[in-house]
Amino acid sequence: MKPDVPQDMPPRPIALPMLARNVTHFTRLLRDAGFGLSPAHAVDALEALRHIDIGARSEVRAALAALMLSGPDQRPLFDAAFDLFWRDPDWEGKLRAMLLPRVDAGAPPPRRSNRLADALAARQPAAAKPDQPMREERFTAPLTFSDRERLASRDFETLSADEWRALQHLVRTRRAHLALQRTRRLRAAMCGTRADLRASARLAVRQHGEWLRWKYRKHAERKPPVVLLLDISGSMSQYSRAVLYFCHALMQSRERMHVFLFGTRLTNVTRALRERDPDDAVTLIAEQVRDWAGGTRIGAALAAFNRQWARRTLSGRATVLFVSDGIDLEHIDLLEREMARLRRFAHRIVWLNPLLRYAGFAPQARGIQAILPHVDALRPAHNLDSLLALETLLADTSRPPPMPPDRPTAPRQGNPPWK
Amino acid sequence: MLPTSIDRTLTQLEAQQYFADRETATVLYLALRMQRPLFLEGEPGVGKTALAQAMAGMLGTRLLRLQCYEGLDAASALYEWDYPRQIMALRLAEARGERPEQQSLYHDDYLLKRPLLEALLPDPARPDVPRVLLIDEIDRADEPFEAFLLEVLSEYQVSIPEIGVIRAERPPLIVITSNRTREVHDALKRRCLYQWMGYPGRDRELQIVAARAPEAAVALQQQAVDFIHRLRGIDLFKAPGIAEAIDWCRALAALGVAELDPQSVRNTLGVLLKYQDDLARADGPTIAELLAGAAPAG
Repeated sequence: MKPDVPQDMPPRPIALPMLARNVTHFTRLLRDAGFGLSPAHAVDALEALRHIDIGARSEVRAALAALMLSGPDQRPLFDAAFDLFWRDPDWEGKLRAMLLPRVDAGAPPPRRSNRLADALAARQPAAAKPDQPMREERFTAPLTFSDRERLASRDFETLSADEWRALQHLVRTRRAHLALQRTRRLRAAMCGTRADLRASARLAVRQHGEWLRWKYRKHAERKPPVVLLLDISGSMSQYSRAVLYFCHALMQSRERMHVFLFGTRLTNVTRALRERDPDDAVTLIAEQVRDWAGGTRIGAALAAFNRQWARRTLSGRATVLFVSDGIDLEHIDLLEREMARLRRFAHRIVWLNPLLRYAGFAPQARGIQAILPHVDALRPAHNLDSLLALETLLADTSRPPPMPPDRPTAPRQGNPPWK
Repeated sequence: MLPTSIDRTLTQLEAQQYFADRETATVLYLALRMQRPLFLEGEPGVGKTALAQAMAGMLGTRLLRLQCYEGLDAASALYEWDYPRQIMALRLAEARGERPEQQSLYHDDYLLKRPLLEALLPDPARPDVPRVLLIDEIDRADEPFEAFLLEVLSEYQVSIPEIGVIRAERPPLIVITSNRTREVHDALKRRCLYQWMGYPGRDRELQIVAARAPEAAVALQQQAVDFIHRLRGIDLFKAPGIAEAIDWCRALAALGVAELDPQSVRNTLGVLLKYQDDLARADGPTIAELLAGAAPAG
């Protein structure tokens, strides 16, 4: 019971000085706009402002930027927000108006678990109708072997919603065994042929100078990086979803994997895929990507990748998985040029093309012909079998012999029945 | 000496022949004031490493430098015991018929200090100023090393089992640079002041070139900087940085070029452009257009 607070008023927050309140407010607005800021950032910002002349705009701007930015791409939004916030009397309305359309691009959308939502939804009818749990039970039971086999060879495009979920389950429970590659680095080991003089000496000092035991070193092993470029244009949408789930499963067992989606523009979704729950990850991505199931500009997307990401992600025997149907109608010369450039950066390029499900597939389209000379292997990607076959491919790090440009690898389905 | 204002930071940097913009100076001043590490990102060759060198010069201390690479471990970043000397001491003691104590073996004399540890200890020549530590190209080190850095960066202390915790009396100024070959973890960025370094404006670049390549004539410097600014405007795979601009002016001066002409540009273009595609892009007509002062279309 506090006698000095009137009973009818809600407890007020501690009155901060004007500047502190403004800085906190600014931090909060930026956070709403998708910046990863914590209250600690506001505290730091206030401390920084104590050291500089807060009458000088440019200094305040530089100080706040140094504390609140974590990448050059955030700068334009920060500048715009800063200008409005610290000048305009009606800053808030304008700021909100400006930020709102961008929120969907930058802000992490609220986390939601589809399975949790499903669980909650499923619970109510279960209480009302006692026969419902039986069916639920059957669904969550592990797939039988024949189910598995049937699903594995089904085309992604023909799956029903239930089959989709079963397939997701199948992918999720897999753990890929991927190749390890020997690096130049050495690390301590129990046995080997290289003596670790330093470690042995360390041991000897502990034993009062007696060299009783030797320590060894051997080559460290590491998984070579994988970069996946996934086409999400309209013609690919069903396949891209399946491949995304597959990627998520791969991501759990691979430290250096980067995933990029492209339709009309390139989006890096690696971070979203790190989400533990695959449904969450895919939901996050769907909200982050604006050109889902739209058109394709493969050439332009590849150019963007080569310029901004290739040097960062393709170091050290990287495999590029290029998932696309290769149907690009414009700028064939750009596509050809960028593909050739990508070829020089990557250790090998594997093209996963769902069109290979058609036994009569012939690389006629000009886009396909532009890509084909620059890839090391062409594989189908239309069902689970073909994706699982990919795992064996990733387990082998050697570069496959160059493919004759006029003959793509036949899909794994065997001959069509009429032949 | 520690600068007392942003303006003094700028002039002191200029005395070290480093021409920073006001924003960089502000961030640097804050880093000194708030005792926070500075995280610099930017294209290669925009002066990230040079800034650390200028800062060390400004404070009058020796720059400690830790070049990151894949597989960098604590033994080469932090400290290591000098095992051969320890064993020698053991043998000597044995010859004298003594049995040395652990304390005498794990003594400061046998500690090989690597840059991270050295940064926490005062500079013997200048104990009154903070040390300057450059952690160069952190993106080349692997992720576990970043995690290891976090303790050092936030507490300015390291623990050595045989000795105990070593804590910096005067927190060092730490400059971390990254070329963005991969994303650095947010937790690391969170502890630092972040600064993105872009290409400088024309006047500032001219100042830099004049200071770093004084052998080139002033007219040539101006022509070269103008040319490079226009060159950055065209669609290149890797635009030339300031380091390239300085190198180019020196190359031109070494060749005795007094004025830029298409032939001398073509002969020395390899100093500016390091990709075959870019060299092919900058063909004869493009160079002529750039020299004429108009940015070519496309």
